[in-house]
Amino acid sequence: MRAQRFQDALFHQLTRFFAFLVLAILVAILASLFYGALPALKEFGAGFPFSADWNPVLDKFGGLISVYGTLSTSLIALLVAVPVSFGIALFLTELCPPALRAPLGVAVELLAAVPSIIYGMWGLFVFAPLFADYIQPLLSGTLGQLPFVGVLFQGPQNGIGILSAGLILAVMVIPFIASVMRDVFEVVPGILKESAYGLGATTWEVVWNVVLPYTRVGVIGGVMLGLGRALGETMAVTFVIGNAHRISPSLYEAGNSIASTLANEFAEASSDLHVASLIALGLILFFVTFVVLAISKILLMRLQRSEGEKT
Amino acid sequence: MALETTALYRKRVRTNRLALVLSILAMVIGMGFLAWILAVLLYKGFGALSLTLFTASTPAPGSEGGLANAILGSAAMVGVATFIATPIGILAGVYLSEFGRRGWLAPTTRFINDILLSAPSIVIGVFIYAVYVAQVQHFSGWAGSLALALIAIPVVVRTTENMLNLVPASLREAASALGAPRWKVVLSVVLRAAKAGVLTGILLAIARVSGETAPLLFTALNNQFMSLDLNGPMANLPVVIFQYAMSPYENWNSLAWGGAIIITFGVLCLNILVRTLFRKKI
Repeated sequence: MRAQRFQDALFHQLTRFFAFLVLAILVAILASLFYGALPALKEFGAGFPFSADWNPVLDKFGGLISVYGTLSTSLIALLVAVPVSFGIALFLTELCPPALRAPLGVAVELLAAVPSIIYGMWGLFVFAPLFADYIQPLLSGTLGQLPFVGVLFQGPQNGIGILSAGLILAVMVIPFIASVMRDVFEVVPGILKESAYGLGATTWEVVWNVVLPYTRVGVIGGVMLGLGRALGETMAVTFVIGNAHRISPSLYEAGNSIASTLANEFAEASSDLHVASLIALGLILFFVTFVVLAISKILLMRLQRSEGEKT
Repeated sequence: MALETTALYRKRVRTNRLALVLSILAMVIGMGFLAWILAVLLYKGFGALSLTLFTASTPAPGSEGGLANAILGSAAMVGVATFIATPIGILAGVYLSEFGRRGWLAPTTRFINDILLSAPSIVIGVFIYAVYVAQVQHFSGWAGSLALALIAIPVVVRTTENMLNLVPASLREAASALGAPRWKVVLSVVLRAAKAGVLTGILLAIARVSGETAPLLFTALNNQFMSLDLNGPMANLPVVIFQYAMSPYENWNSLAWGGAIIITFGVLCLNILVRTLFRKKI
């Protein structure tokens, strides 16, 4: 009996240790990134994320260009992906014939399973040429003529740059956002929807006035999850962003995101300060995605909890 | 009917119709991209597929060759990563589902695990570089395997916990009532009942990890030659695809497409297998 109790305690502690290990991994990542970034943070101070210098020859580094690239591509991605994902989720939960629901749902999830490097290759070899030939001239001719925002859509029309990277990212995050939205829409109690339909509401009115208000928290959680994915995505962006260290007003110009800078320069970084600066960029990226993903998780958990209370 | 012809009613119907058409359009766009990407892969990759792809090593620019060393290297690293991640992931998952009722550790781990699930994989590469590659002063297959394992662990933890939660409590109670100690209940009743589900998690982790490029760029790097030495730089499919696709040489580009088709269909087949193996929500 005593042996059994000992074995039980041992097993409990063993599993506990491995659960703890998962936490330890996170702490280790943060600590080692911080330690690795220290020389750069000491040299350039708190202004590191806001300085546009990036000169390996003079050993001068700042994160602004990469931070700008990461934020602008992710923002473009969300602007495109959120409405499309919403449409897909709406289709899968309200319109789709039941027989097609499962296969189409799986197809959306398969889109999420395609490795990101494939999106990158597709973006570089297939999407970018078409984008340069047809869509960029079209955008320049229309949006590019507008005052103020026009400058965003003017520049070299070669299919490579911030805008293309953002659009490829959009294609990549659509399945993530769409599956969360679909799961979230499915928790809406049938009675609520049926009451609205019973009052004569159209499908759109049910979705807009009943489903969305009920699931608002979860929908935002899904969008944040997509944002977290977009911020950290490496390969798809590296192929098409153009990898140039500059900031320009035009979205057609080549740029660099944090992830693409790391992918291109890390293995060949020349000086210690260069490595430290790259690690500092990694730390910024990890910290930002951590916060975004944590918010997403908290929002999704809140929806789950309120579901338990209401039903 | 007078009601149906009022302006308000017509406006509502019009809005509804517009919204639904847009929704269908969104679905068509989503499916269109999947079909488009697969079609491009088939079109460009199929020509590159040949027997030499699996028998010859990566060539110098302009000469003939295959991807044998990259395929072998990828298989070795994914294998080692799975070998590391499986026990850790399963045991942590067991803790969350079987012992996670009380205390602070389980909810915190669950939370952090879900964040690690979507954490940028390139940062995992930077982490392994800082703690391993920079210390031993050379790129290696071990470093690549470790990075991949760190990405696989959260996947295994998540699915294991979900699958164990599906096992009915009455099974556990029955085993306990027979006098089995807790560890025996977990190992020979709960885990056995959820075997297919746990396997699902491992397969999903393999699928997730085998396409990962970013964490290998500066851990395993690449190797032009056939090598099974995990202590040296190691060729692997994703990085070879990346380098060859970015290169100006046509035969390298074509090899990249060949590699792309192998990886994508491997990963998609695994995903479909998982879904038929275990037809429940994952």
